[in-house]
Amino acid sequence: MDLLGMDTLDVARWQFGITTVYHFLMVPLTIGLGILVAVMHTMWVRTGKPEWLRMTRFWGRVYLVNFVLGVATGLVQEFQFGLAWSEYSRFVGDVFGSLLAMEALLAFFLESTFLGLWIFGWGRIPKKLHLASLWAAVIGSIVSAYFIIAANSWMQHPVGVVVGEDGRPQQVDFLAVLTNNTALAAFTHAIVAALVVAGALLVGIGLYQLRKRKLAGASTTDVSGGRVDDTVWRRSVRVGGWVSLAAFVLVAVTGDWQGKLMYHQQPLKMSSAEALCETEAPAPFSVFAWAKLGSNECDDVHSYTIPGLLSFLAHGDFSSPVPGIEELQEEYAAVYGETYPDDPSFGERAGEPVDYTPVLAATYWSFRMMIGLGGVSAGVAAYALWATRRGRVPTSRIGVYGSLVAVGAPFAANAAGWVFTEIGRQPFVVYPNPDVPVDEQVWFFTAQAVSPGVTVAEVWTSLISLGLLYGALAVVELAILVRLFRRGVTTGDTTPTPPAVGSTRTDGRSDDDRSDDERADDDVLSFAY
Amino acid sequence: MDLQTLWFAAVAVLWTGFLLLEGFDFGVAALLPVLGRRTADRHLMLRTIGPVWDGNEVWLITAAGAVFAAFPGWYATWLPALYLPFVVVLLGLIVRAVAFEWRHSSHDPRWDATWTRVITGGSLVAAAGVGAALGATTLGLPIDADGTRVGGAFAGLGWSSLLGAAAVLGFSVVHGALFLALKTDGPVRLRARAFALRWSPVAALPLLAWAGLVQLRSGTTVTAVLWLVAALAVVVTWTRVRLDREGQAFAGWATVLLASAATLFGSAHPVVVPSTIDPAFDVTIAQASVSDYTLTVMTWVAAVGLPVVLAYQAWTYWVFRRRLTAEPEHDDSAEPVAA
Ligand code: HDD
Ligand code: HEM
Ligand code: HEM
Repeated sequence: MDLLGMDTLDVARWQFGITTVYHFLMVPLTIGLGILVAVMHTMWVRTGKPEWLRMTRFWGRVYLVNFVLGVATGLVQEFQFGLAWSEYSRFVGDVFGSLLAMEALLAFFLESTFLGLWIFGWGRIPKKLHLASLWAAVIGSIVSAYFIIAANSWMQHPVGVVVGEDGRPQQVDFLAVLTNNTALAAFTHAIVAALVVAGALLVGIGLYQLRKRKLAGASTTDVSGGRVDDTVWRRSVRVGGWVSLAAFVLVAVTGDWQGKLMYHQQPLKMSSAEALCETEAPAPFSVFAWAKLGSNECDDVHSYTIPGLLSFLAHGDFSSPVPGIEELQEEYAAVYGETYPDDPSFGERAGEPVDYTPVLAATYWSFRMMIGLGGVSAGVAAYALWATRRGRVPTSRIGVYGSLVAVGAPFAANAAGWVFTEIGRQPFVVYPNPDVPVDEQVWFFTAQAVSPGVTVAEVWTSLISLGLLYGALAVVELAILVRLFRRGVTTGDTTPTPPAVGSTRTDGRSDDDRSDDERADDDVLSFAY
Repeated sequence: MDLQTLWFAAVAVLWTGFLLLEGFDFGVAALLPVLGRRTADRHLMLRTIGPVWDGNEVWLITAAGAVFAAFPGWYATWLPALYLPFVVVLLGLIVRAVAFEWRHSSHDPRWDATWTRVITGGSLVAAAGVGAALGATTLGLPIDADGTRVGGAFAGLGWSSLLGAAAVLGFSVVHGALFLALKTDGPVRLRARAFALRWSPVAALPLLAWAGLVQLRSGTTVTAVLWLVAALAVVVTWTRVRLDREGQAFAGWATVLLASAATLFGSAHPVVVPSTIDPAFDVTIAQASVSDYTLTVMTWVAAVGLPVVLAYQAWTYWVFRRRLTAEPEHDDSAEPVAA
């Protein structure tokens, strides 16, 4: 079967790309919103103010609906390396698998166990312990991000290994793998990018609800006298806006750190991202470029540029040279070969010429999308903060619905960031580390990585079945979320003095006197159990 | 014990822990249409596993992760050889996971009934699929000298995977019933007990047969004794159920699994994937494993991490230890089962 002219490798790459990007739609919301909900819950425990409880409840429910899809799609990730990428798994086994296993042992258990405790613990365990269990779950998510990014960064920049007798990397320094500078930069970048996502959601939904209430005639300015719901939405907007803005600044700072590392570690990725053909000093930053459709030839690209900025991004000054694609392509070909080795592990690609330049259009545009769409959320956050200053409520249709639509921007920015990171490292799946002498380097071509025994029909089957299922799940998740957003804070959450929630025994009866169902009733997060 | 054997044991413990824990929530899910006659009963059954299923599932992730981490050669041989069965397991696990959470987002009885069925279906598929995969990795896969599957997409599936699937399903269903007997009160408890009494002897047969086959192929005296322990534990479980000693019955049935798994892994050692083409192609722990350095690092991490995980997981079971009862009587007239 040769559907669309793609072989097992191509289909497997599409499958990995699609499933991973999909997983990473849930991930930043889980990480970012998890942190914010934990803060809300903490504020409630500390101040006892009902609006914090309501915010915790509402956003907590959103968090859970999203979290579970993150779990479900994460499972696929865990198995994918073995299923379609067995030769990759064999090659990197000495380093990579242990990071995944540690992620599971040290992070996933923490996340899942304590989240179960949080969901079912309302009113059942002491308040502070209940709060602590949410923090434990949130910390689990962050630890998980750290380990998986350390694994990914090791592929981008392999450290702590030597070439073993069998030609595979052999780990000699685990601490070096954990403290890989690539990993530290990418981890901080991804965490703050997750906060941009969560902030944008709070802003979008908060503005929508405020406007709706104002148009319906509910007073939205009275923060005191029992109008707790207005406070909920107002505060969501304010918190979300500030978080989003601050996180955007941090995203730029950490991104700049990554960029400087990348110029050194994967110069071709950056030059491609800039469509910088010739070596230039000072090097300009390209703002917009166009090229002949379908061409991966550098000379077909024309761009608008800002002089000197690229030199600054790479080196911190406005004059140093930045190497261009053509020079780098030759350098790489000289060291790693003009053609793929004539070896059966390369399949039909054996002996074919290697293109060391990643797909220009994808790298170039994903880089700009990441930054540009992040900028959009920063703009929206600034607008929302301004529009809600001193108790104001915006009723502008464009402003409010624009902010709602713009919730999608940071999700797309995150996806673009990964597409850039991953496509930019082609044709390598494990990129050679330039700090190591060439004869001690480890590297691995994507073309070698795929499972040799698996047929293209099998990968098509899994790609199509996973694709259909993921599509259906996306529809359901969105439908559930939209309903939650429309409905807003529910009755269980809005009664001025919430019944028994969150405290062990507000009704004076001991815990065991109350039937489980009574508790289930006031227990909004688990009402149906 | 050398590090490779230690990690073989660790992997065995993780898979066994997964079957022991997720086994009952697979079982409870499978029994929803059987023991849950009313909506309220089904909700009760789901509540017994609600707080713990996700934590149990992480045992699977950790088990798979540990196979990759310690024996990449095993991971890279086993998974592609059973590509489609693993994909089916994943599909089952995905729908099951989202169903647990998304059920709550509407009070509409049809919505609830649909997701409840999805939980049952997804759990059955996942349990059978994991069993099939484990059956094949202990009884053999058609792999060549490079560990590559020969013979096409379905070559890995045969009677050994059927046996494994039956074993895990059989074990899980009774395990789920005993768990319900232990965790609930009222009619569900009685029905669960009756179910376990009737089915436990039959449900144990595939598991005992599977362990017995591996034992006959490559077992030792120790594993033979373990097999006998497993068989004996079936009898003990049955008598305990008859005497309404639910706790003891649950422990007895857990022993059936522990002893069978010990027989399986103990007999298989040091082979992790036997080849049905030529025993010379068997993948052993020595060929499949990572370096001693990496194993040492992981041993330290696991030595610190695993006890902590066990402690807090055990603690959550303690927090949710109370027996649960169904919603009050006035709910009884609730929707007809088929709604
Ligand atoms: C930056 C963070 C990040 C990245 C790059 C990835 N993930 Fe992820 N993953 C998470 C952050 C995360 C998380 C925040 O911890 C999740 C998301 C939602 C959730 O429930 O936990 C999660 C869930 C999750 C689960 C389910 C855990 C559970 O049952 O609790 C698995 C097995 C994986 N992931 C595995 C992977 C693999 C193998 C990846 C690499 C391709 C990957 N994830 C990319
Ligand atoms: C969640 C964030 C991630 C996203 C969005 C992402 C995205 C992608 C994309 C789009 C591809 C396809 C590239 C291409 O075919 O040119 C890819 C490939 C790949 N990625 Fe990632 N990736 C992510 C995280 C990771 C992590 C954490 C790892 C390892 C731990 C990883 C390992 C791989 C591998 C092995 C491939 C397949 C080989 C290849 O096609 O290049 N990715 N990823
Ligand atoms: C000022 C803006 C930004 C700069 C300079 C920047 C820079 C970078 C660079 C250089 C990389 C590639 C790292 C590598 O391949 O090694 C990257 C990756 C990434 N970016 Fe950005 N970025 C910016 C804004 C954003 C925004 C706003 C988001 C999302 C909201 C985002 C999300 C990501 C993600 C998810 C990745 C991939 C994972 C990682 O490497 O951390 N970035 N960014």
